[in-house]
Amino acid sequence: MARVVVDVMLKPEILDPQGQAVQRALPRLGFDGIADVRQGKRFELEVEGPVDQAALDRIHKMAETFLANTVIEDFTVKVEA
Amino acid sequence: MTTRIGVVTFPGTLDDRDSLRAVRLAGAEPVSLWHRDKDLHQVDAVVLAGGFSYGDYLRAGAISRFSPVMETIIEQAKGGMPVLGICNGFQVLTEAHLLPGAMLRNNHLHFICRDQKLRVENAETAWTGDYTAGQEISVPLKNMDGRYTADERTLDELEAEGRVAFRYVVRGEAADGCGNPNGSLRDIAGITNAAGNVVGLMPHPEHAVEPLIGTGRTDGLPFFTSVLKKLVSA
Repeated sequence: MARVVVDVMLKPEILDPQGQAVQRALPRLGFDGIADVRQGKRFELEVEGPVDQAALDRIHKMAETFLANTVIEDFTVKVEA
Repeated sequence: MTTRIGVVTFPGTLDDRDSLRAVRLAGAEPVSLWHRDKDLHQVDAVVLAGGFSYGDYLRAGAISRFSPVMETIIEQAKGGMPVLGICNGFQVLTEAHLLPGAMLRNNHLHFICRDQKLRVENAETAWTGDYTAGQEISVPLKNMDGRYTADERTLDELEAEGRVAFRYVVRGEAADGCGNPNGSLRDIAGITNAAGNVVGLMPHPEHAVEPLIGTGRTDGLPFFTSVLKKLVSA
């Protein structure tokens, strides 16, 4: 079975207080030099059958209607070897 | 004939009982609706109650939006049936694109629970006719994902068309129930669709319908009497 990964991230202009909280914690923990952190979601889909264009189109549709809320989020779809 | 107002229960809904009670106190017949049932049982209006439907998994309201009951509600709402979404119900309405924008995690990342002052901006919707524009009310607020967001164009459009129905009163100290509790853009607490039949509100009017509980005031009751009058006169 092939794996397809859908990454969902808040759009750049949307405030991400969770990412900011992580970023603020970093120097406290001794990790310096990180200017910004944004937190997203990763979906790993195990796909039955071939990952052809039709399958990718279906996954794109799934990401667009359900996995991501395109009002606030962007997403990418990629096939993992 | 008695006006029937349905209240939807999804797995994780918390405030359905209070909403049914508010409907009854307003003088309508409360009808429980189950999320797996496509049939709305001849109700005249629907309340999507607060809570954490499907545990807020994925995003608040994202999974419930695809439930069988919502298919019918979306269709009927587009046909003019009054629908009120409170808190999680508001989140469901944005996910269903019956209302624009989206709801995000509170800017301070804390769950917040307090009495909240609101200003009624639009007293012409199906759910706000018993208020007057500019009136200030106090109802409980409790949420984790209450930060209303939309792009600038949508916000401008909402403002221009008078579709910001409620705003957080921002004045004085947060401790007195004033202040923006979650970072909502332009202090928006509630909005309506263009037709005025669909309204979403983050705070909880159904918890302020009896003097003995909640804020000790009944500032939330006009939501339910408004829609009742609207339906009787329709």
